[in-house]
This record gives sequence, C-alpha cells and structure tokens, in this order.
Amino acid sequence: MTEAADAIRSSGRRPGGLAAIVTFAALVVLAGAVLFPVLATALNGFKDLSELRTNPFGLPHVWMWSNYWSILTGYRYWQVLGNSLLIALFTVALTLIVSSMAAFTFAHLRFFGDKFLLSYIQLGLLFPVATAIVPLFIKIRDLGLLDSYWGVILPQVAFSLAMSVLLIRNAFKQLPSELLDAAMMDGCGYFRYFIYVTLPLSGPILSTVAVISFVGSWNGYLLPLIVLNSESRYPWTLGLMAYQGQYMTSWQLVLAFITLTILPAIIMFLMAQRYIVAGLTAGAVKA
Amino acid sequence: MTAVTYAEAQPTATAYSEPARRMTLNSWAVVVVFLPPALLLFTVFVFLPIAEAGWYGFFNWNGYGRPEKFIGLKNYGYLFGNPTFTRSLINNGIIIVFSLLVQLPLALAVAVMIAGRLVGAVWFRMIFFLPYVLADVAAGLIWHFMFDGDYGLVGAVTTAFGAPPYFLLADKTWAFSAVLIVVLWKYFGFHMMLYIAGLQGIDPALLEAAEMDGASPFQRFWHITLPLLGPMIRLSVFFSVIGALQLFDIIVPLTGGGPFETTNTMVSFLYFFGLTRMRIGFSSAVGVVLFIICVTFAFGYQRIVMRDD
Repeated sequence: MTEAADAIRSSGRRPGGLAAIVTFAALVVLAGAVLFPVLATALNGFKDLSELRTNPFGLPHVWMWSNYWSILTGYRYWQVLGNSLLIALFTVALTLIVSSMAAFTFAHLRFFGDKFLLSYIQLGLLFPVATAIVPLFIKIRDLGLLDSYWGVILPQVAFSLAMSVLLIRNAFKQLPSELLDAAMMDGCGYFRYFIYVTLPLSGPILSTVAVISFVGSWNGYLLPLIVLNSESRYPWTLGLMAYQGQYMTSWQLVLAFITLTILPAIIMFLMAQRYIVAGLTAGAVKA
Repeated sequence: MTAVTYAEAQPTATAYSEPARRMTLNSWAVVVVFLPPALLLFTVFVFLPIAEAGWYGFFNWNGYGRPEKFIGLKNYGYLFGNPTFTRSLINNGIIIVFSLLVQLPLALAVAVMIAGRLVGAVWFRMIFFLPYVLADVAAGLIWHFMFDGDYGLVGAVTTAFGAPPYFLLADKTWAFSAVLIVVLWKYFGFHMMLYIAGLQGIDPALLEAAEMDGASPFQRFWHITLPLLGPMIRLSVFFSVIGALQLFDIIVPLTGGGPFETTNTMVSFLYFFGLTRMRIGFSSAVGVVLFIICVTFAFGYQRIVMRDD
C-alpha cells in the first residue's frame, strides 16, 4: 500500500494525501470486481467438475489442460470463429463501400430530393433492429436468404447505414473544398476524385466505421439467431449457446469454451485498445 | 450494436452552405451509381420491415401464405392484457431507472477519479471498458455461472457460511436484479469513457481559478465540472435509455426470461412468445409498441433535452 501511495505522490498534481490513497484503493477494488468474473471463468475452465464445486474461486489444484485442449483441437471452435470472421469481414467491407459511396454523393452533390433521401436513410437512427425483427425474418425468408450468410450480412449492413453514412458524410464535408475545385479544374471527374482524393484522406473516419461495424457484427446475436438454422453456419455467439445447451451439466467445459471464444476479442482489444476505444466512443459522440 | 444515435441534434445549417455546383453528366452518373446500393439495402431490410410490422400487427397470421385474418387492434388488446408483457414493459422501465440512478452516477464518479493524474489511469480505463467489448451473450453466460447456486460465486458464499445453496436466478422476486448487475458490469465502462472524453474537453484553468478562489472540491465539481459535462451526460442518458429498451442478448443466456417469466424484456417477450411460436401478427404488434416508444423517446429527447447541444 505504501508503494502505491508513493507512486501517487510522485506523479500526482498535488502531493498525495489521504484522498488520493482512498481513490486509488477504491479503483483497485472496482477493477478487481470487474475483472473477477472473467478471470474466474478462465481459471475454472482448468478444473474438473468436482473441484469446481468445492473450490469455485481458487487456483486449480490440478490443471486440466485437456478441457481447453479438446476444444482447441476440435473442429467446432474454429468453425464458429471462422463463420463470425467471415460474416464480420463481409459486413465491414460492404458497409464501407456502400456507405462511403452514398456519403460522397450526399456530401458533394445537390440534386432534386437529396435532402429528402438523406433524411430517409437517417430514419434508421431512430429505432433498433429488434423493432423490425419479425417482418425482417419474413422478408429474409421470402428472399430465400434464410440459413445463409447473406441473410445475416445484408441486414447488418442495412441497419448500420444510417449511422455510417452520417459519420462518413460529415467527415467528407470537412475536407477542404479547394481540393475538389482544383481537381475539377484539372478535369478530374467525381469518380476519380472519390477514389484518389477523398478515400485516401479519410482513413480515420473509415477505420472508426470499420471498428463499430466489426464489433457489432462479431458480437451480434439476435439477427443470426433468427436467420441461421444449420450449426455449420453458426457464428461464435450462437455456437456458444449451442455448446452450453449440449454440455449444460459440465460447467468447466462451458467456461473453457467461453474463455476461448472471447479470447480473440480480448486480444484484439489489448492490441488495438486506443483505436477500439476511440472508434466506439467517438462514433457515438460524433454522429 | 445497432445504429441508434442522435443525428437529429446535429446542426445541419452548415451542410448546405457550400456553393451549389451545377449538376453535370458526370455528377448525375455519381448519383445514379453511388446512391442506389444504399437506398436499396435500406429500403428492403429496414424501411419495408418496419412498415410491414405496422401492417402485420393488424392480422392473426402464422407467417405462411398472405396475412388474411384481419383482427384490427385485437393483437394490441391481447398484448396489454398479457401479464407477461406488462411485466416485460416494467422490467425495461426498471433497467432505465437503474441505469440513470446507479450506472451513470457510478460511471461519472469513476471518470472523475481517473481523470485526475492518477497512477495507472490508462490501466483502469482499459479494465473498466473491457466488458463493453465482450459480447452480451458471453457476459450473460459468465454471470449465469457466477450466480449459480451450486458452483458459482453465490454457491461459494453460501457454502462459506454453511447456508443451504441459494439459486438467485430461480428466485422470482430477485432474479431480475441479476440482470441489472450484468447490465451495470457490461455498460458502465462505456459511459465512463464518454465522461472521460467530456472531462478532457474542460479547460483546467477554470478549475484552478476556482480553487484559488477557495472553492471546495465538491463546489468545483458541482458548479463547474458537472454543468460543462452536460452535453455528454445528456448523450449518455440517451444511449442508456435506447440500450435498455432493446436489451435481449443478456437475458437469453442469463435467465431465458424465467423464473416464471419474471425477467423478460420487451424484445425477449417478442422472441419467446411471438417469433418462436410463429405468431407473426402478435409479435409484429410488440415490435410496433417498441418502435413507438423508441421513436417517441428519440424525438422528444432530442427536441426537448438535447435541443441546445
């Protein structure tokens, strides 16, 4: 504790004080409480069921690596992750392409009905996908997209359009208009301007939209739940629930499976923390 | 998750200040090529479904063939006469109240604590934000284990005290509090991050000046920090209400709506009592109710509360 106090004292704006120590201690306790369920999940995946019952929160007496190993060497884990990755990558790519094209049009061109069409797309900001989920299910069925990846990807893209068009359009409008004037003067058309000037200058906003759309798709549950029937197409969220349904009585395996399925998100978060936090919060703030 | 935000509050006055360029052949080509994909996707997968929900809601329809049995407003009558639905509605309300009274103040307190130049501030921020990045489904399942009376945290506590095992998730009086705990755990870090972003925008000179004038830390917080954080707080209230209204992913792995259907939300009610039973008309009516609540709230909030932001 004195070490912590010293640390605060050395870098704090004002020299230490009781308040700083109390604050720090409170944060440590809270951080422990936040991390505890995740750590408990990961550690308990190493136990066998009888030890889980008698020792739910200590370190394992015997480390059952086989719990994790059997999942990692099985087909199922990699399949659900692969499905999630496929769905998320297509969702991100399509979202970026479709919304940056629409955003470009709305940012630079005035034509009859432009304001109306922009407001039309922004209707999507007013309600969550859950409100329309039942007719959406009927629509996906009637289009023959049930139980297909596209049945998940296309609605995900459609429901993220309102937000992404808005974010990207605002960013496009902030590019200096002299650029466009100069390009036009040199005989560069809108298409080439879009590809060679607008897009290369819009890295930050495009990556923000990509982060939002990737995380949303990767963690999505409701939409794949209603669209997909075959376990071979399940993303990890559905795969996790199916696994839990199957091994309901073996918590240690379920916990190992949870740990392994949330691992990619945790690793990505640790590696790209700054971008992910900025993307998810700035996206909310800027929209 | 879904793209719900507060676009309406954006001033659009600047949007059209740019001198209008004349539409040329080239620019019409852009409109014709660049706009249709977005318009088509939006119309097919967002606009038509929500419009159809309004239509299907008037029918007794199982989803096969065309909707033919027109029953007027009867679905809505069944809905509000259904105690499980009214309970879901109340549950959504409880989540909102809980978020506003517990989650957001906690997030604000933590943000203020971290924003001072504290050792490890970066680490604290990262730890508190981490649950937000994890999927709701995983969060629900992790906490299902924590609350398990035989194995989890609750089990460990009762064993330690020699008490009989207690199954919180099977207790129809208290099971819903489990949902609230998971919501708090999962989402307070997001709101904290919004507040931290807001705090970073406050000029430290203001606080220093107040300090020199002898303002206590509480006075500084109450009279300077809090008002300047206003726009961010209003934004986080908005997200927290819209998020609470659409809560579903946590419910399924945590309680599945039970025990005795006491922990459903509107969306889980829609799923368990409408969609899985192919009562398309009935569940469309639930969607319409949710839609009306969301849109009324979003419009009202942006027009009244966020009007100056």
